[in-house]
Amino acid sequence: MIHIMSTSKLYGWTGRILSVNLSDRTHTVINPPIELYKKFIGGKGLAGHYLRPHIMESWDSPTMPLLFFTGPLVNTPSPTSGRMTIMSRSPLTGTVGDTSVGGKLGIHIKKAGWDGIIITGRSDTLCSIKITDDKVSINDAAHLAGMELTPCLNYIGAEGAAALIGPAAENGVLFSTIAVGSHFFAGRGGPGLVMASKNLKYMHVHGTGKTAVHDMDELKKAREEIFRLASASPILRGELGIAEFGTGALFDLMHSRRMMPTKNFTRTHFPSAPDMNAWHYREKYKTKKTGCAGCHILCKKSSANGSPIPEFETMSHFSALLENNNLDLVMEANSLCNELGMDTITAAATLACYAEIYDEKLAPGQITGLLRDIACSEGIGTELKLGSRLFAELMEQPELSMSVKGLEMSAYDPRGAYGMALAYATSTRGACHLRAYPISHEILRKPVATDRFSFSGKARIIKLSEDMNAVIDSLTACKFIFFAASLEEYSRAYSAVTGTASTAQDLMEAGERIYYQERMMNAENGFSIDDDMLPPRFFNEAGSSSKDIAISPLSRDDFKQALLNYYRVRGLSETGMPTEKKSRELGLK
Amino acid sequence: MKELVDKYAGKLALHGICDDNEPIIGGLDADIVWSRDGSEQQVLTDIMDNLNINSILFSKPAEPFLSIMDILSRDTDTIYPEDSETRTFLHDIPVAGAFEPEKIIPILKRRKTAVVPGRGIISFGTVSPEQAFVTYSSVCFSLYVKFLTDYYYSIKAGKTLDSHYHEVVRDCIDSYGSFIHEFSSYPVCTGPFHNEEEVAAAMSEAGRLTVSSRMVDSFFGNISCRLGDTVYISQTGSSLDELEGHIDPCPMDGSSSAAVTASSELSAHKSVYQGTGYRAILHGHPKFSVIQSMICDDLDCANRGLCFKKCSRGRHIADVPIVPGEVGTGPTGISTTLPPALSGRGAIVWGHGLFTTGKDDFTDAFASLLDIEKTCFEQYCSFINYR
Repeated sequence: MIHIMSTSKLYGWTGRILSVNLSDRTHTVINPPIELYKKFIGGKGLAGHYLRPHIMESWDSPTMPLLFFTGPLVNTPSPTSGRMTIMSRSPLTGTVGDTSVGGKLGIHIKKAGWDGIIITGRSDTLCSIKITDDKVSINDAAHLAGMELTPCLNYIGAEGAAALIGPAAENGVLFSTIAVGSHFFAGRGGPGLVMASKNLKYMHVHGTGKTAVHDMDELKKAREEIFRLASASPILRGELGIAEFGTGALFDLMHSRRMMPTKNFTRTHFPSAPDMNAWHYREKYKTKKTGCAGCHILCKKSSANGSPIPEFETMSHFSALLENNNLDLVMEANSLCNELGMDTITAAATLACYAEIYDEKLAPGQITGLLRDIACSEGIGTELKLGSRLFAELMEQPELSMSVKGLEMSAYDPRGAYGMALAYATSTRGACHLRAYPISHEILRKPVATDRFSFSGKARIIKLSEDMNAVIDSLTACKFIFFAASLEEYSRAYSAVTGTASTAQDLMEAGERIYYQERMMNAENGFSIDDDMLPPRFFNEAGSSSKDIAISPLSRDDFKQALLNYYRVRGLSETGMPTEKKSRELGLK
Repeated sequence: MKELVDKYAGKLALHGICDDNEPIIGGLDADIVWSRDGSEQQVLTDIMDNLNINSILFSKPAEPFLSIMDILSRDTDTIYPEDSETRTFLHDIPVAGAFEPEKIIPILKRRKTAVVPGRGIISFGTVSPEQAFVTYSSVCFSLYVKFLTDYYYSIKAGKTLDSHYHEVVRDCIDSYGSFIHEFSSYPVCTGPFHNEEEVAAAMSEAGRLTVSSRMVDSFFGNISCRLGDTVYISQTGSSLDELEGHIDPCPMDGSSSAAVTASSELSAHKSVYQGTGYRAILHGHPKFSVIQSMICDDLDCANRGLCFKKCSRGRHIADVPIVPGEVGTGPTGISTTLPPALSGRGAIVWGHGLFTTGKDDFTDAFASLLDIEKTCFEQYCSFINYR
């Protein structure tokens, strides 16, 4: 697939995509036409375009692409533009499997002169890819087999940036991560296993070039607007916000709102939570700020000795979900998952499912032991490595997997935020909190507060948010800054960088196209209304109410009506299937 | 959705920025609902069909806002107010040539609002009609402040203005003067407070009074009270006349981040409490305090145009200091610039609003809010030689 590139100079985009075939150890350059960039922006959008022809193949087929894509804002002074997308078909869910990931890999890919990297084929032996600007080499990595994250990073060296897998992926764990450096992980849906199926241990990229910006003065103005809004945002830059405490800033809030998933979602309140909040991590581990390249928020936290402090989801799931009140154990579990290469959310949720099935409270040693068993595919780990859905099915109790489409829910109980309930169901990669992130308005009051115990209006809100976040993941930028800024400011940055005059609404149209394409890909693999459904627990059981806050079961009828409303707003059939009319309207057929 | 569109249509009238039955708000989920029927529905529906939004608001503003809007819209396609609200959130206010979809859609594709001379103001929301309401209210506030600030500088520069301009200024002064001088309600909840319930009741009362005295527009502003080692503060984006259930407790030692939803000015409030013996802080955006903060005759100042973050002079209105400050944190943020200035009864942040303090409760804080605003109002009248 070779396109002829436009002769006009590109800004923001490099106009070059690297395609590496590990079967025959060759590589080619793709020059997409400018129209394709405008249609899909970059990042998640453009990666989706290249995934689509292969979406019905098995995730471990040699022809299944593993895609590393940046957006036009990456490697420019645009705020929070150090992120990128990793995409393939998810081994865990069978759906589209994409993850936005931070660190500095995206910037190095861009510096090296690439908008994206497509990896196909399968090496005969474990290998690595080394990319230095436009030089590409494929090397033997058999000696790194089974190596954990830190020693592997030490082997690779500090220059440039690397994406790598751990032993979990090599041992067939369906929720294996791709680590990007020591602190950033593409975990949801198990992209690490796709990388392992190609016999690729790591990819190292070192770029030295610059990305052309069409109008730097205009970009600076957009940047100033975005910075001003970020400074005005309590959740971003306030003294209790994520710049200070990381995403752990949400821990107390979820607890106080009675929506902290506890004991495999049987309860929504964890009495030990006040002793396990972000402040305690800061006090105990003397946390320091870190973050993606080029970001001024620095939401990542590390301990005094450099260990990653768990993200909110991990903090919550390795404490409340497993009824664990030992802070050190959360740190250890987080470290184990990182080193071995497993998604923390699915790992913790699978253990919670196991604990409920066996009706036991897991002791600290059991938790770490089971994590090792999973990563090494030993003992019960051979079944737990399949994730909670397949494990619960094996145990003939499928209703005890707290997942949608096979992806485990994150740390927001849907009975405490009805938009979140709908968003879990409609997400194209399973129970993901980030596709629409209604917590922003239902809990964090941004851009304004909505009634968290109502489905009224939520269908359209979720659809619009999914489209907006698809844009963010395609630019690529960080969703967190959208607690403060909006596409009004980012469209100005996009126009300044690329020279393509675009409004917020223009970008939203691209976002709708990007998201609908994912819906089409899932439909091709048989996903429909039956898969846009929450586990029965949330319709049948109440959460943990307080005297002021009632956490009732969701109304199944109200949920179904909201889902049908969503289908109408999204332009899907009554069974959630894409329509010919809408597909054509969006330029997808 | 119907409940929401009706609520915010009603609030516009309640705040005195629209006449009854003028606002029309549409809310869209799978189907659209309207706050009322009207001839504007077709144009608004056409606009909604072309935008990724979930609500739309259109209304002719009440006087004097309508006349102000028309005057500022003369011979321009964009109005550039300099107050904090515009600079941070609106950026600028575009002018549409007519109340027609083809004139308005291109504007709303890039901005949250448009003014249509002679007709009204249009705004939208992507999450809730509340966004449209807030934007509408902000536009009225920003235009009012710009109009009277510009008027002062025009008079000072000896510019000739048409009689209509002077008449509108007179209307502004007369209507505001009669309102503020006739307002006579004060808080009855007195401190010191002993428990959370007393604090919440006092904050709710003071919040409602701040709104009913028009010391804020829509819900802008915030309010806090210290009880022991806890600061109770209104949540970000909370409506000061609906504070019940929207007050966050925040330990002074920062040991809980449950109050991450607290006002962006939490840090400023906390710093004031840590450095003084005050127990209550009230923050509003009274119009003439904001206008007077933006009037400075040092036209050759090196920081002219940067007054929102730098000031070369220690300016005061009576005993009340005026300080620069952008919303939120950072070296030029209010959290940094305000606390050192708020040692007395109040301080004004340039182009933004007024903070006042209370010894035990909100009685003195609210009285100071009104008193300082009256002083600013009278000073403005004096500046323009209003008789």
